[in-house]
Amino acid sequence: MTERFTKAAARNIFYGGSLFFFATFVAMTALSHNYIVNTSTDKKGLTEAVARGKHVWEKNSCINCHTLLGEGAYFAPELGNVWLRYGGDKDPEGAVMALKGWMAAQPSGIEGRRQMPQFNLTEKEVEDLAAFLEWTSRINTQNWPPKLSG
Amino acid sequence: MKYESQKVALYYFAAAMGLFGVQILVGLLAGTVYVLPNTMSELLPFNVIRMIHTNALIVWLLIGFFGAAYYLIPEEAETELHSPKLALIQLSLFVFGALAAVVGYVFRIHEGREFLEQPMWIKAAIVVVALMFLYNVTLTVLKGRRTVITNILLVGMWGIALFFLFSFYNPANLSLDKMYWWYVVHLWVEGVWELVLASILAFLMIKMTGVDREVVEKWLYAMVGLALFSGILGTGHHYYWIGTPGYWQWIGSLFSTLEVAPFFTMVVFAFMMVWKSGRRHPNKAAMLWSLGCAVFAFFGAGLWGFLHTLAPINYYTHGTQVTAAHGHLAFYGAYAMINLAIITYAMPYLRGRAPYNQTLNIWSFWLMSGGMAFMTFALTAAGIVQTHLQRVMGLGYMEVQEQIAMFYWLRLGGGVAVGIGVLVYLYAVFGPAREERPAAVAGNLQAAE
Repeated sequence: MTERFTKAAARNIFYGGSLFFFATFVAMTALSHNYIVNTSTDKKGLTEAVARGKHVWEKNSCINCHTLLGEGAYFAPELGNVWLRYGGDKDPEGAVMALKGWMAAQPSGIEGRRQMPQFNLTEKEVEDLAAFLEWTSRINTQNWPPKLSG
Repeated sequence: MKYESQKVALYYFAAAMGLFGVQILVGLLAGTVYVLPNTMSELLPFNVIRMIHTNALIVWLLIGFFGAAYYLIPEEAETELHSPKLALIQLSLFVFGALAAVVGYVFRIHEGREFLEQPMWIKAAIVVVALMFLYNVTLTVLKGRRTVITNILLVGMWGIALFFLFSFYNPANLSLDKMYWWYVVHLWVEGVWELVLASILAFLMIKMTGVDREVVEKWLYAMVGLALFSGILGTGHHYYWIGTPGYWQWIGSLFSTLEVAPFFTMVVFAFMMVWKSGRRHPNKAAMLWSLGCAVFAFFGAGLWGFLHTLAPINYYTHGTQVTAAHGHLAFYGAYAMINLAIITYAMPYLRGRAPYNQTLNIWSFWLMSGGMAFMTFALTAAGIVQTHLQRVMGLGYMEVQEQIAMFYWLRLGGGVAVGIGVLVYLYAVFGPAREERPAAVAGNLQAAE
């Protein structure tokens, strides 16, 4: 912090630099936006059911126990690839059936095991949720997670 | 306290500390559920507990920032606040919104994106609250002396309000949702919040060390410059695995590594100032919190962030207990501690006394900080084991959790120490004041500038 490095210079570097980096960031976000919509996610497959399923996911605050693509709470398993763990890529109907069974059986009440609440979802809500998880499992995540275990 | 209107800060600090108590209580409950999973599982499931824990944290930190701003801006601008009354209305509205949100959460009234669970009307109320604040402090600064501290603080606060607007955008495309969600979450805590942090720290250093303002202000520009130059593109470290392009792995790794720099600079800054001044401010507890803040922010936000920020490492650790370890120490070190520092510094003036209950306050520092450090170590160990078993060996999630159960007991132990520390702190700050120094020191309290 020498005398030659004036406060005005410091100020200009701060504001100018911040604006530069922010502009760069916004531009790269715009490119990524385009990439997401057209390349990494399934545009055509983003149906009403998927959107409704996302709403079911949000309304019941699943994110505050589970992670989804690694983001969320760390209390319960990752669900970005749960569709694959349920074998939905090979047998979609079986996976939906299994999900319905799972949701109906909660909470397990087993002593010493983490409890998932009973959300009282309708049959249609579980189907929408399955559509959302199926769509999510097909996002190009740069091969994350490393294992099927999530 | 030189200006009557600074007094509004007292109410903000009290409200912030009340919510801090709620956050820690609910956090202890969450820690208990980890080890005894059937605890209240039907009455108050984990997702609701966590929602309250995180939301209470964010809201109390913000209320603390508002209080800090109302305390320091009159002194910096050398004028009374534009409207102390508006400040109090703003606080009541915010506290009402926060309590309504918490009660609503208990009855399952919430939205569903992490940290942004507030129902729409509360989000709108937050914007109104923010505008009331910005109006009030901006007018105060405009009519008074402008300093670098107030300028940076205002840029930070305007940024907080601006980026919060992204919380209203929730597209059906999950990847898009996540990308813009980080505009709120990352650009807050690894962006504009650092401006608020650095400006409060700079204010405390000027007041407590008496080092020349010119020197402090240059340091302040250096700290916030480094924070934004690294932090803005550092957002890229959240864009590795959510459907965003692969080039973010390079940009995110590079710039988020540089995010250590502003925190390192803060440590050097704080210790240099204290070392240079040679003055001893009578409020030793406030000095301890200020220096502690710089150090813990460096460890929690800096080092523990770097630990898992490089893309090839994050590929394995993403979304494990490693993240939880980092999150806890970073929030505590950077943002909880700066609030506790300014509160410890300001309360004697707000209560019209010489520094009081210093020993108790210093005890609370070590209890809280020791507890948080221990919790971080426990969660880091849990995260490393989890990463190996689940991400390398491919064992199932629940199976792995059983293997790391012991670490959750240790974490709860750390949490209990933090809880006791919080009680001691609240008593030290708001309880009966026992002055431990001769009254003669009282006249000598105001820092020279």
